[in-house]
Amino acid sequence: MSKTMKTVAIAGAMTAALAAHSTPAAAQEKEKCYGVSLAGENDCKAGAGTTCAGSSTVDYQGNAWTLVDAGTCEDIELPDDRMGSLEPLDRDLPS
Amino acid sequence: MSVSQTQFHDALLDSSTSVPIGLSDGRGQPAGARFSVYRNNVAVSLTEALEVSFPAILSLIGHENFKKTAGLFLRQHPPKNPMIMVYGDEFPSFLEDFEPLQHIAYLPDVARLEQALRESYHAADADAVAPNELAILPQEALAASKLILAPSLRLVRSRWPIHAIWSYALDRSSAKPKNQGQDVLITRPAYDPEGRVLPPGASLFVANILEGKTLGDAYEKAMHDAPEFDLTGLLTMLLDTSSIIEIQTQD
Repeated sequence: MSKTMKTVAIAGAMTAALAAHSTPAAAQEKEKCYGVSLAGENDCKAGAGTTCAGSSTVDYQGNAWTLVDAGTCEDIELPDDRMGSLEPLDRDLPS
Repeated sequence: MSVSQTQFHDALLDSSTSVPIGLSDGRGQPAGARFSVYRNNVAVSLTEALEVSFPAILSLIGHENFKKTAGLFLRQHPPKNPMIMVYGDEFPSFLEDFEPLQHIAYLPDVARLEQALRESYHAADADAVAPNELAILPQEALAASKLILAPSLRLVRSRWPIHAIWSYALDRSSAKPKNQGQDVLITRPAYDPEGRVLPPGASLFVANILEGKTLGDAYEKAMHDAPEFDLTGLLTMLLDTSSIIEIQTQD
């Protein structure tokens, strides 16, 4: 392959990739939502392999959270008029 | 008489040695049975850590076999670091040399994939390069420059279908593995690592970039071995997963 061909191919690929690239990253589009996880299915900042993820013991536990799409947390409808919250809640705590 | 940490540590992991002399229980009696409880707790907690870290291996060989294998591993390779989240990095190579499981030849590579997922999870955060920095480079400078990839990115290459085996081990409704090698790229666009199978050209390209080769050299090597290599598709995916954190031009 000639040097010119290579240079042009790489530049072309980069230009096309930048055009196809979809911003922004998913990380900015999620929010922590408290009180919506089923027992044992909460997420954790420290993540799998630590003791926190999946450690909630009751459904909709108020101090356990799950990552949900940003802007949807407080609209999540749950049984018995519960609502999701961006702050930890004191309802449904394990006894 | 006091007990040194070394004596205590050695006796913890080797039940054929006697309880260190000088250890006593609350009543001033020798601590025989109590020390055994301690021994058991150490082994059980390390085994549990390995089970959580290598769920596909656990699923593939079953609970009983895993417990026995882990019990031997943890005595030969006790933790070197107080952080249990990194414990087990020697487990894949241990499996490779572990005679009773050598008939399952793909096991060490599946363990490598699981270890790479863990490492990716705990790797440092890094901001993606601004697309503008890539766009403004002149053509010649681009081909001669090097891409620095995110610390959470890992490439696991195997002659076994490791991604399919791993998926199938964790979810039996996944497609059955076909007998074909798979190279898996792990990226971490948000909080959780994602693994995807790369075609041979893309895998070779990423391997060369990770070795510090220039874009031009990596591209030439990939095209030589795999003329169907799609550089645009790969670069788009690396941008979409925030995997490129810096571009180094040569002065």
